[in-house]
Amino acid sequence: MTVTELLSYEDALESYDPVMGLEVHVELGTRTKMFCGCSTELGADPNSQTCPTCLGLPGALPVVNAIGVESAIKIGLALNCDIAQWCRFARKNYFYPDMPKNFQTSQYDEPIAYNGYLDVQLEDGEVFRVQIERAHMEEDTGKSLHVGGATGRIHGASHSLLDYNRAGIPLIEIVTKPIEGAGARAPEVAKAYVAELRELIKALGVSEARMEQGQMRCDVNLSLRPHGREKFGTRSETKNVNSLRSVERAARFEIQRHAAVLSSGGTILQETRHFHEEDGSTTSGRIKEEAEDYRYFPEPDLVPVAPARDWVEELRAGLPELPRLRRKRLQESWGIADHEMQSVLNAGALDLILATIDEGADAAAARKWWMGELARHANESGAELADVPITPAQVARVAALVSAGDLNDKLARQVIEGVLAGEGDPDQVVDKRGLKVVSDDGALGAAVDEAIASNAAIADKIRGGNLAAAGALIGAVMKLTRGQADAKRVRELVLEKLGVQG
Amino acid sequence: MTDIIRLTAAQTAEKIASGELTAVEVTEAHLARIEAVDEKVHAFLHVDREGALKQARAVDAKRAAGEPLGPLAGVPLAMKDIFTTEGVPTTVGSKILEGWIPPYDATVTKRLKAADVVILGKTNMDEFAMGSSTENSAYGPTGNPWDLTRIPGGSGGGSAAALASYQAPLAIGTDTGGSIRQPAAVTATVGVKPTYGGVSRYGMVAFSSSLDQGGPCARTVLDAALLHEVMAGHDPLDSTSVDAPVPPVVEAARNGSVAGLRVGVVQEFGGEGYQAGVVQRFNESVELLRDLGAEIVEISCPSFTYALAAYYLIAPSECSSNLARFDAMRYGLRVGDDGTKSAEEVTALTRDAGFGPEVKRRIMLGTYALSSGYYDAYYGSAQKVRTLITRDFEKAFESVDVIVSPTTPTTAFPIGERADDPMAMYLADLCTIPANLAGNAAMSLPCGLAPEDGLPVGLQIIAPALKDDRLYRVGAAVEAAFVKKWGHPLLEEAPQL
Amino acid sequence: MPGITREEVAHLGKLARLELSAEELDHFAGQLDDIIGAVARVSEVAGEDVPPTSHPLPLTNVMRPDDVRPSLTSEQALSGAPAQEQQRFKVPQILGED
Ligand SMILES: [Mg+2]
Ligand SMILES: [Zn+2]
Repeated sequence: MTVTELLSYEDALESYDPVMGLEVHVELGTRTKMFCGCSTELGADPNSQTCPTCLGLPGALPVVNAIGVESAIKIGLALNCDIAQWCRFARKNYFYPDMPKNFQTSQYDEPIAYNGYLDVQLEDGEVFRVQIERAHMEEDTGKSLHVGGATGRIHGASHSLLDYNRAGIPLIEIVTKPIEGAGARAPEVAKAYVAELRELIKALGVSEARMEQGQMRCDVNLSLRPHGREKFGTRSETKNVNSLRSVERAARFEIQRHAAVLSSGGTILQETRHFHEEDGSTTSGRIKEEAEDYRYFPEPDLVPVAPARDWVEELRAGLPELPRLRRKRLQESWGIADHEMQSVLNAGALDLILATIDEGADAAAARKWWMGELARHANESGAELADVPITPAQVARVAALVSAGDLNDKLARQVIEGVLAGEGDPDQVVDKRGLKVVSDDGALGAAVDEAIASNAAIADKIRGGNLAAAGALIGAVMKLTRGQADAKRVRELVLEKLGVQG
Repeated sequence: MTDIIRLTAAQTAEKIASGELTAVEVTEAHLARIEAVDEKVHAFLHVDREGALKQARAVDAKRAAGEPLGPLAGVPLAMKDIFTTEGVPTTVGSKILEGWIPPYDATVTKRLKAADVVILGKTNMDEFAMGSSTENSAYGPTGNPWDLTRIPGGSGGGSAAALASYQAPLAIGTDTGGSIRQPAAVTATVGVKPTYGGVSRYGMVAFSSSLDQGGPCARTVLDAALLHEVMAGHDPLDSTSVDAPVPPVVEAARNGSVAGLRVGVVQEFGGEGYQAGVVQRFNESVELLRDLGAEIVEISCPSFTYALAAYYLIAPSECSSNLARFDAMRYGLRVGDDGTKSAEEVTALTRDAGFGPEVKRRIMLGTYALSSGYYDAYYGSAQKVRTLITRDFEKAFESVDVIVSPTTPTTAFPIGERADDPMAMYLADLCTIPANLAGNAAMSLPCGLAPEDGLPVGLQIIAPALKDDRLYRVGAAVEAAFVKKWGHPLLEEAPQL
Repeated sequence: MPGITREEVAHLGKLARLELSAEELDHFAGQLDDIIGAVARVSEVAGEDVPPTSHPLPLTNVMRPDDVRPSLTSEQALSGAPAQEQQRFKVPQILGED
C-alpha cells in the first residue's frame, strides 16, 4: 500500500474549510424484494431467492412493492421532506455483472422525498442541522465472490461467482445537501448524522439498519476550500464506509489527505476511494475523467407513483417519536446529565435499558447494570453490547433480586457472571452457586462476634462514638461470609453488640 | 372430407366441441402441413410436435370426460418467438439467445394453455422485433406465401406467413411500430394491435416497453376476436396492464356494422411514397364504408408527420436499455471466454457476435439519444411529439368513431431490396406507428390486391384506447362486404404452395 | 445538422458494450448520421409548454402487497448459465470497481 501524505488535522483546519456530502443506502426490511415477490430472508442458499424479474430474464417485468413505497414516504416524512405529488422510477444504465438488467431501477430527477433536514446532536449537546437533498427508492445488486486471488478481492481474481439473492432488495438512498460550516467538527457531524439516521430508521421500523450486515452503507464525499472561499473544491467519494467509527475516520483522513495535496500545490482528482478498516486510510479507486453517462430515462415498465395526500398525512400522523426527542425526554425523566446520556448512547445501551425497564426494573438499576458490569464485559470481549449473552429480562430479574434484598451488589455481579457463562437464568445461577444473602441472625451473629474479637481497636473507636469506623467491621464480616451477608443487617448487629445507637 | 387446415379457428373449435374432429386430428393435420410447406416458407423457428400433441390429447381427454372446454379448445396456434415458453426454446430471432430454454411461461403463454389452445411452435421474426421484413432474423428470412421471393412483413413475418400458408389458423404477434399489422397487410391476413396495456407483456421479450403490445393474428376478424379475448385481460405481473374488463370484441365481431358510424380519413396519410395500387384499394375501401352507411369525415393530424422520427428515437432508446441484459453472464451466448479475458471484454465480444446489424444500429442510436447533452433534443423531444400525437388523436376522436388508412404505403417488397437501407425500411411503418405512440387499438385487414403487382393491400382501422371492440365491429362489416364482393376470402387467391 | 463521427460511434460502442470492428464503425457512422439527421426534426415541434409522454396510458400507483411468491429453484435460475460453480453464476474476472 502506498503511503499517503497527510497534514496534521489542526494544520488542515487552519487553512481549509471542509464541505461534506453523505449518501446513505438503507436496505429496507420488507418481506419481499422491491419489484418482485422473492423473499429477502438472509442466509438462503445462493440463487434460491430469485425469479425471472430479479434475474433480469428476457420478458420479465417489475411490479412495485407497496411497503417499499410506504417505507420511503415514512423516511421522507421523518426527515422533514416534501413528499412528491407524482414521481417516476428511472433507469440508471451501466453494465456490471452483479446487476442483472445492466440498469438499476432507481429514481432520478423525481425523487419521492426531497428537501428536508435532520437535526443531530453532537457529543457536547450542540445541535447541528443537516440539510437533506433527497431520499429515493432503488434496488440492491447481487453479491460477487471473487475467486483465485490471494485475498478474495477483485484484483487478481481469476473469475467471480454471482449470487443474485440480494439483487432487487429495496434500497432507500438518502443524500444530504453539502454540509457546510461544521469546520473541525465535520467528522463528528458525519458520524452523528449517520448514527441519528440509523436510530431514525430503526424507530420507524422500516429496517434494522445493521451496518455490520450491510443493511446501511455510507459514502462520504468530501472537499476542502480555503477559508473565505465560496466555491467548493474538487471532491473525493469514499465508498462503503460501513461503521459509525469508520465514517468519522474516513472524513478525518480525507481532510488531512486533501489538505496535504492542496497545501503542497497539488490538485485533488475527482475519484472514488476505498476505505480501509485496518488503519482508517483511504486509497484511490476509479478516477472519473468525465462524468459517468448513466443515460437515465423514465422507467417505462413502471407507472408513476402519486401518493394520495390523505395517505401521506395518515403516515405522518403515525410516525413514532423522533429518536432525538425521545432521548431528550428520557434523559429528563431519568434526571441524568448530558454526558451520562451520551455514554448510554455511545455504548448502544439505550434500547437495552428501556427493554429492561419494560421488564420491571427501575431506570437507575437498569442503567447501572448495562453501563457498568455488562458494558465492561462487552468491552473486554470486543462485542457489541446488544450481543452480550444476557437478555433484558434476565437483567431485570437480577435487579429485582437486589431490590428484594435477596442479593447484594457483589452477589448480583456473580449472578450476571453466571448467566454470561451460560449457567442459565439468574434464579438457576443463584441456586447452583448458592448465592443468597445471609441475614440469619445466628450465623451473622457468630461472624460479627469473630470480627469484633479480631478488631478490638476498631471496636473501641465505634464504642467511642466514631460510627464511620463501622464500615471496617462490616467489611470484615463480609469477608468472613464470602460476601453473602446482608450488609444492612450486619451494620445493625455490629452497633447493637457494641451498644451504640445507630 | 373436410380440408382441416383451411377451416377458420371458429369452425375448428366448433367441430372439436361437437366431436366432428378431434384435437389430435386437427393438430396432426397442421403438423403435416408444416412438414410439407415450411421448408419453403420458413415460418417456424421451432416446431413443438410433442408438446402440441400432448396438449391436443389433453383437450380430447377433457372433452371425453365431459369437462368444459374453452372457446378455442384444440385450435392450433403459431406463436411468435418473442414470448417465453417454459421448456421450449425462445430465441427472439437472435443468435444471442440461441438454445435458451426459458424456465417460465409468459402470461400470454399461460392463458393460451389454460384455454386449451394447442401451441404448434415458435415463429420467425426480425431479431428482437426490429424490422419490417423478417430479414433481420438470425435464422434466415421467411417468404411471403403470395410470392416466396418477397418479404412477409415484419417483425412478425413468421406468424403472418404461417397463417397465409395454412400452417396454423391462429397466431400471436407483437406490435411495437406495426409488427402485427404490416405483416397482416402484406399477406392478406388479419392482425390486431390491442390498446396498450390490454394484453400482458409479462414474458414477452421487451423491445420498446412503452410501445410493445402483443396481439392476435388470424385469417378472419372473428378468429382474431376469439383469440383476443383469450389472451387479453389484466395481469398483476405487468404494471402497465389495464385493470378493466376486456372490451366485448367477440360480440362486436359477430355483429359487424358501420351504419351511422363516423369514419375519419387522415389527410396526412398519403401522398409521396404511397404506391398507386395501395391508394386505389384504400379509396375503394372508403367508398365501401360509405356505401355501408358510414359517414366519412376528413380530419387532420398534423403531428403524425413527426411520428416516424419520434418512433425512431423512443424505440431505440428503450431498446438500448432493454437489451443491456444480454451480457453473456446469466444466460444465452457467451463468446471469447478463454480464461484470459475480462467480463467486460466477454460481454462486448458476445454482444458484437450475437446481435445483428439492425439491433446494433438501434442500440447505438438509442444510446446516443439518451446520452447526456443529447437527451433533451432527442429522447425528450420525441416524448413531447408523443404528447402532440396523442392530442391529435384525442381531437380527431371528438368528431369520428374510428380512423382508417392504408396499413402500409406499399405492398410486399422483394427480399433484399431494403436490407441495408434502414431509412427506406423504416417507411414501411409510416401509417402504423402513430397508434403505438398514443397507445390506441388498431387492426389491419385485407382490402384487395394492388393492380400493378397483384399483391395484398391492408386497410388499417384505428380506434381510441380501450375501444378495441370498435375495430371488430367495423372490421367484421368490411370483411363481410369484401368477401361478398370477391365471392371468397382474398387469401384464396394466393398461389398454391 | 448533428454530424456523427467515427469516434462518437466508437464511444457509443463502449457505452453499449459492443466490440465493433473497424469496418462496422465506418458503416454505422454513415448510417447513424443519416438516421439522426432525419429524426432530429422532432425538436422543431416540441415546444417548451408541451409535457413529455413516457407512458401511453395515464396509470398511476400500481403496486403489489409485500407477500412472498415462490421463487425459481436455484437449478432453474442457473439453467441457462453459460458457466456455474458453487451454485453461482460463474463469470470471467471483473475489471471495473464499484
Ligand atoms: Mg443509488
Ligand atoms: Zn425475484
